Amino acid sequence: MTETVLDGEAIVVRDLHKYFGDLEVLKGIDFHVKSGEVVCVIGPSGSGKSTLLRCINQLESATSGQVLVAGIDVTDPDVNIDAVRRRIGMVFQQFNLFPHLSVLQNLTIAQRRVLRRGRAEAERVARETLTTVGLDDKVHSYPAQLSGGQQQRVAIARALAMEPELMLFDEPTSALDPELVGDVLAVMRDLASDGMTMMVVTHEMAFARDVADRVVFMDAGVVVEEGPPDEVLGAPKHQRTKDFLFRVLNPTKTAPDQSAG
Amino acid sequence: MPRTKRARLIRTIQYAVFVLVLLVIVLRVDWATVREGYFNLSKAKPLFPDIITIALKNTVIYTAMGFAFGLVAGLFFALMRLSTVAPYRWFANVYIEFFRGIPLLLWLFFLGYGVPTATGRQLPFSPYSAIVLGLGMPAAAYLAETIRAGIQAVPRGQLEAARSLGMSQPRAMVSIVIPQAFRIIIPPLTNELIVLTKDSSLVAILGVAAGTQELTKFGRDELNALVNATPLVIAGLCYLLITVPLSLLVRRLEARNARAR
Repeated sequence: MTETVLDGEAIVVRDLHKYFGDLEVLKGIDFHVKSGEVVCVIGPSGSGKSTLLRCINQLESATSGQVLVAGIDVTDPDVNIDAVRRRIGMVFQQFNLFPHLSVLQNLTIAQRRVLRRGRAEAERVARETLTTVGLDDKVHSYPAQLSGGQQQRVAIARALAMEPELMLFDEPTSALDPELVGDVLAVMRDLASDGMTMMVVTHEMAFARDVADRVVFMDAGVVVEEGPPDEVLGAPKHQRTKDFLFRVLNPTKTAPDQSAG
Repeated sequence: MPRTKRARLIRTIQYAVFVLVLLVIVLRVDWATVREGYFNLSKAKPLFPDIITIALKNTVIYTAMGFAFGLVAGLFFALMRLSTVAPYRWFANVYIEFFRGIPLLLWLFFLGYGVPTATGRQLPFSPYSAIVLGLGMPAAAYLAETIRAGIQAVPRGQLEAARSLGMSQPRAMVSIVIPQAFRIIIPPLTNELIVLTKDSSLVAILGVAAGTQELTKFGRDELNALVNATPLVIAGLCYLLITVPLSLLVRRLEARNARAR
């Protein structure tokens, strides 16, 4: 295992390329997230932002390039990837709660099987974590009995119960009914203000503007532009960023003239 | 004639023909012979309690042993078929295709008579070894395909969620994927159990000793002893005693699954 000590860097991505067959979805990404930083990744669908996020915990393997998480090279074939993943929380667009387990069991199973915590301790952590997402009354419910917003908050709690150093969010509100988005974003906002390191792939521009320390705009497999939300969202430099933001913020209007780009 | 009137007329004629055919059958049958030859109470009485305490019990035991063997071996072959190691897949494929392709009766003859003839000695624990392997090995082939389908029906996100919590691949399969797979396949598994209950009648050809015979062998022996078909009818009813409740259970489970989706 190569340990490169990079003080304060939670994620470092260097010249990352990813092919699906002949299709190059990531074309040399350089990217980093500092410890305690909240980074929102935005961009049109198919831009490679979810693939980039999934390369961080190796749900997708990189074709070439390097991904360091807390200084550990996760692209090293000899890395103990399970040990690294313990330190990374992940939240999916489709929640992916375990439907055959109760909410409590969803939160305790990895604590017990992976962290080897005893039942009492795992349940105590689970209940505490559920309280922070406002669902302590749902411990004995099953996922199918919860709304989408509640399921996603349980999914966040499930990741938090492992006490990760870093959280990855893959379009966490994209599968939710509009009126349920707010509760999930509120939980994420609290998490950010508690100092959690977060990488969030999202279409929620208001969240990115209010919560992110940095916004990264990706298009067609490259990072086009990044910086503080005021700059990237408020005064984008690149035409592709401007076009994207125009389309997202004015979904009923046609795109402005693109010949300038 | 108006369309609705004509449609009603056709339906009435269909129903009249149906009732007429039933009536002809009922009137043409010699009910005295039926009662005497098939439902003869005086011939039925001596069958009890042995038909229950020996024959029905043995049918249940042989089916359960075959099914238990089939489930364990079937899970094993299902995992081999899904393996990334090609020779495992080939081996499982050959096994499955072999046992799906040869008749059960031939396989039972082979174990019961072929192997002893070739080697000059009986299988150890005869006849139970021949019964368990005879019913279980072909059942494993069918169950392997059912279990594989179940595993593949579990959404990919479930495995990803488990792995991203730090679970190893085997741990994620055991704790998350396989329990859900079995839930999905309970209805088809129950169907396989019904089929195996009926197939267990074929072990009658193994020529088992008194006390180890199951329903079909018992019925056939009593047919010879009593020179009356009533034992076969009672044996048939005993099979229905097992299969009809299982069949109703499948329907309820399927209805519940349909509602859960």
